[in-house]
Amino acid sequence: MSDKVLMKGNEAIAEAAIQAGCRYFFGYPITPQTEVAAYMAKKMPKIGGVFLQAESEVSAINMVYGAAGAGARVMTSSSSPGISLKQEGISYIAGANLPCVIINIVRGGPGLGGIQPAQSDYFQATKGGGHGDYHLVVFAPASIQEMVDLTSNAFDVADKYRTPVMIIGDGMLGQMMEPVTFQSKETASLPEKPWATTGTKGKREHNIINSLYLNPEDLEKNILERQERYNTIKANEVRYEAVGVEDADYVLVAYGMTARIAKNAMATLRKQGIKVGLIRPITLWPFPTEIFEKTAKTAKAFLSVEMSMGQMVEDVRLAVNGACPVHFYGRTGGMVPTPDEIINEVKKIGGVL
Amino acid sequence: MGKTTEIMIAGFGGQGILFSGKVIAYAGLMNNKEVSWLPSYGPEMRGGTANCHIIISDEPVGSPIIVNPDVLIVMNKPSLEKFENAVKPGGVIIIDSTLIDRKVTRDDVTVKYVDATQIAMDNNSPKLANMVIIGAMLKATGVMTLDEIKKGVEKSTPASKAHLVDSNMGLISAGYNG
Repeated sequence: MSDKVLMKGNEAIAEAAIQAGCRYFFGYPITPQTEVAAYMAKKMPKIGGVFLQAESEVSAINMVYGAAGAGARVMTSSSSPGISLKQEGISYIAGANLPCVIINIVRGGPGLGGIQPAQSDYFQATKGGGHGDYHLVVFAPASIQEMVDLTSNAFDVADKYRTPVMIIGDGMLGQMMEPVTFQSKETASLPEKPWATTGTKGKREHNIINSLYLNPEDLEKNILERQERYNTIKANEVRYEAVGVEDADYVLVAYGMTARIAKNAMATLRKQGIKVGLIRPITLWPFPTEIFEKTAKTAKAFLSVEMSMGQMVEDVRLAVNGACPVHFYGRTGGMVPTPDEIINEVKKIGGVL
Repeated sequence: MGKTTEIMIAGFGGQGILFSGKVIAYAGLMNNKEVSWLPSYGPEMRGGTANCHIIISDEPVGSPIIVNPDVLIVMNKPSLEKFENAVKPGGVIIIDSTLIDRKVTRDDVTVKYVDATQIAMDNNSPKLANMVIIGAMLKATGVMTLDEIKKGVEKSTPASKAHLVDSNMGLISAGYNG
């Protein structure tokens, strides 16, 4: 038997980051992600890493900026209100083309909102929560094992494309425990970062980490170069899971925990003879557009199910592009949709109710 | 029990609700089942309410949220009021009758009343009522054996507290035989 352990999502993310070679963590506690920081506080000093609880989220993200500029594998984590505070720093990090990993274990908002699970930060994560022409690569795991695997992958993608990567989960994923295994990873083979500010030792030109380009020609060039990388990311890094979509009349669309609830609903509906499929975007950005284009040719309708008032549904509509109707069902503010609610929505759409 | 067993445990914070759930989940894992453990979380503290959802299955667990449990373990009265009607018809309710002075009103479920807190106090372990009630649950449901739960107790107990495995198992046995 492989060595499976029960871990909370938050702890699993922290351990996965350490195993991926992350040795710098800067954060500030907030429910429901505090276990990430607590785990880092316990482990980092034992392995020669740095755990630092900053005086605020703003400070923590700027420490990430500094460490990323020096070429370190670095991570920060927070929950919704804290992620809002980090937006300025995230924009700067994107503008300076630096890799880092940012965890958002989402709670209900806006404002201080609540502490129960939500998915209402989809817009902020995928459309650029800070200012300027940039994107984050956004991973949305649906299980603790996937949180582990995607955290590891997030560092690689961040380094490869010199971009901040966000992992977005909801409070339930952070708090629940499931069995996980860790694949031992070659941390020795971390990529070279010739652009990092590691000291010239008098032997090379200075490396400069900066997001200020007062000359518009230069700024446009910088943005266009980044856009090229985004195009490569779109071509190479799209991930999704599609279940039962080939013969589906109705296709549920959900990510993270909501996708698991949707799967339960799908199983019940299939037993009742209603052909239902599920598309689960794993990358929220880049959005898995192609599977929607393909599925829209045979499906009668899509139903986006979210813990929000309808955010991802806009990307679903763009991807389906009018080929068939796209419906929405959501709960918000920390409330979680039940399988029965989803079943009722599908039946309403199908005219069964 | 079928291929999937959904167990909900509810009571006051400080009764070891979440830990007893962890014991059951780890026992499932050690016996090659698929498991999930979902706690209530929030501004909770000793004396507030706590609950957790444990799913043990032969198949990968879908949603970890339990709406209608097969098995409900309740260790305080507010939890019985809140969750009694959620239990599936034909399900099982385990009640700590030291702390809950009323009976279950439904007649379509199996109910086991166990003086868990009293038994724990009689064994000089007032904080281990959660183990007693696990024992009673095993007896009433057959969801796993005492040997199987022992693996869960061992895995859930930190090495520095390994001496507590025997006392925990003693209380589980007391609940099983009680």
